[in-house]
Amino acid sequence: AGSNNALASALLGLLARDRIDESTWDDVEETLITSDLGVGPTTELMGNLRRELSIDGVQDPAVARAKLRAELIKLVDPTLDRGLRITGADGQPGVVMVVGVNGTGKTTTIGKIARLLVAEGRTLVLGAADTFRAAAADQLATWGSRVGVQTVRGPEGGDPASVAFDAVAQGVAQGVDVVLVDTAGRLHTKTGLMDELGKIKRVIEKKAPVTEVLLVIDATTGQNGLIQARIFSDVVAVTGIVLTKLDGSAKGGIVVQVQRELGVPVKLIGLGEGADDLAPFTAEGFVDGLLGA
Amino acid sequence: MFDTLQDRLTATFRNLRGKGRLSESDVNEALREIRLALLEADVNLSVVKEFIAACREKLTGAEISQALNPTQQIVKVVNEELIGILGGQTREVRFAKNPPTVIMLAGLQGSGKTTLAGKLGKWLKDSKHHPLLVAADLQRPNAVNQLQVVGQRAGVAVFAPEPGNGIGDPVAVARASIEEAKRKLYDVVIVDTAGRLGVDAELMQQAIDIRNAVNPDEVLFVVDAMIGQDAVNTAQAFAQGVGFDGVVLSKLDGDARGGAALSIARVTGKPVMFASNGENLKDFDLFHPDRMASRILDMGDLLTLIEQAEKT
Ligand SMILES: Nc1nc2c(ncn2[C@@H]2O[C@H](COP(=O)(O)OP(=O)(O)OP(=O)(O)O)[C@@H](O)[C@H]2O)c(=O)[nH]1
Ligand SMILES: Nc1nc2c(ncn2[C@@H]2O[C@H](COP(=O)(O)OP(=O)(O)OP(=O)(O)O)[C@@H](O)[C@H]2O)c(=O)[nH]1
Ligand SMILES: [Mg+2]
Ligand SMILES: [Mg+2]
Repeated sequence: AGSNNALASALLGLLARDRIDESTWDDVEETLITSDLGVGPTTELMGNLRRELSIDGVQDPAVARAKLRAELIKLVDPTLDRGLRITGADGQPGVVMVVGVNGTGKTTTIGKIARLLVAEGRTLVLGAADTFRAAAADQLATWGSRVGVQTVRGPEGGDPASVAFDAVAQGVAQGVDVVLVDTAGRLHTKTGLMDELGKIKRVIEKKAPVTEVLLVIDATTGQNGLIQARIFSDVVAVTGIVLTKLDGSAKGGIVVQVQRELGVPVKLIGLGEGADDLAPFTAEGFVDGLLGA
Repeated sequence: MFDTLQDRLTATFRNLRGKGRLSESDVNEALREIRLALLEADVNLSVVKEFIAACREKLTGAEISQALNPTQQIVKVVNEELIGILGGQTREVRFAKNPPTVIMLAGLQGSGKTTLAGKLGKWLKDSKHHPLLVAADLQRPNAVNQLQVVGQRAGVAVFAPEPGNGIGDPVAVARASIEEAKRKLYDVVIVDTAGRLGVDAELMQQAIDIRNAVNPDEVLFVVDAMIGQDAVNTAQAFAQGVGFDGVVLSKLDGDARGGAALSIARVTGKPVMFASNGENLKDFDLFHPDRMASRILDMGDLLTLIEQAEKT
């Protein structure tokens, strides 16, 4: 909660002083940077805020704070459609592919989404297309069995694309509503693994269109998150972002740049390791987290 | 827009040749670029500030050496300062006088602990040790199976008396592993623990209890090289909670600049000992502060030039 407290106290500083001087501006700017917002967006935000406040000749610190919040919310864009695309066309299942670098929370997020969809009365199949990491399929199958959902898996070290295809084929044959496909974590710099990911998607689409590609980003991620997002998006056309581990001290500010550059909304947030620790992303909630409200 | 720090600095000092000393404004201009580069490399802001202040002191009024141009001179000082904080030279694992040596792994969720357990196990086995991996993450779904598979791949024994997935007491497992090692003459015990957040007091206490149960020779804090500004909060929380003796930076095979290494070394004073750079068991190396420094600055080429210039 360190950066959070720092920002909160910087904002309190902003409120306490009757004049907004340079060091107050510096404090606010620096504490935005410590939320991983990035130097670029922070500078832009500060510029807008300064301009607005000087035009209005603001003296009231409460107004200044409200403006900062409003600027941030504008940056995060509350108008984006953040619904999950889980409805397939022509009676086919919706197909959701979950991708990202290693250890961000892909498998856990699938477990959580499965729980949510089952609670809504939908039928589903999970596809364990991580055939590489030790016990990855077991981990997904554990999540599946907790909510009474079948997990399609292949041999360890087998071809992930064919497991994904089998899972979707099963889903189609059983007439389920949604197929959730887990993939192995991979660094965006590994061309071979990224090609494999592209192939997984192409092979799935021989059976049914992928309706949603979720990129999972860990809230602790720094500026590398933007590069990750670019490359994953190039390879599998990401349609939504999941920001995990927001229950920790990291604020996940990097998703602001990611969302802006890709034009793809953050849809869900992860708030813990349990099945229910998933929530819809809201611009207001995210910004209030950033501001320590 | 200039892409790299190197380009930006070179542009800054286009007109500086022939001066005898670096003026305050020369230094300020350069340090502004370096500050930005460090922030973009995810070095924590408070660390950046301290670091820049230290560099300013070293650079202000410094004589411009004949061999180096001003850019090279500034980079040389900054680089040396970076390496200094990163620990100068590599520290090796301390083995216990009376085996077993106990190594405990701790860190955030998904940072690479279990994978590291396998890598350490293989590395130790290859250097004629007889390690035992201990499955003390009984929380994350199939963490125990994962360690078993990793152990199998490494050809190293795994102590996993409890099935996990919420069943079993990790502190008891950790304690029992020491007896097991003594009984079966394993000389190194590597305890894999569940991922936990710095802000989770309950799980941090569990880590402390595990530590107290096994009295480790080394507690290693495993951290993802992609981590951003939060590195400092998290490292401090682990340092003050379970405590650690060394740091392992994982996922260095990506293109993250890894500024966290600097942040953590600076605020905890603990050395980075290992670099984990891949998913396979062999993707593991001792940590090299000089390589890390040039990675953070993203100026390997320039550093090579400096070395050459100084040799002649
Ligand atoms: N605190 C917290 N932990 C999480 C969250 N989401 C996932 N985790 C934990 O993060 C770790 C990694 O999660 P996984 O779901 O295995 O991540 P993954 O992306 O599938 O990992 P790989 O398949 O190895 O790339 C596990 O310990 C999870 O319990 C979250 O929102 N909050
Ligand atoms: N590319 C790369 N991946 C790594 C490295 N180390 C670990 N991983 C991957 O990162 C993911 C998480 O690794 P784990 O070893 O399960 O991490 P952990 O800290 O044990 O995770 P939890 O037990 O869930 O907290 C897996 O997909 C690993 O294969 C590394 O150095 N490079
Ligand atoms: Mg996974
Ligand atoms: Mg683990």
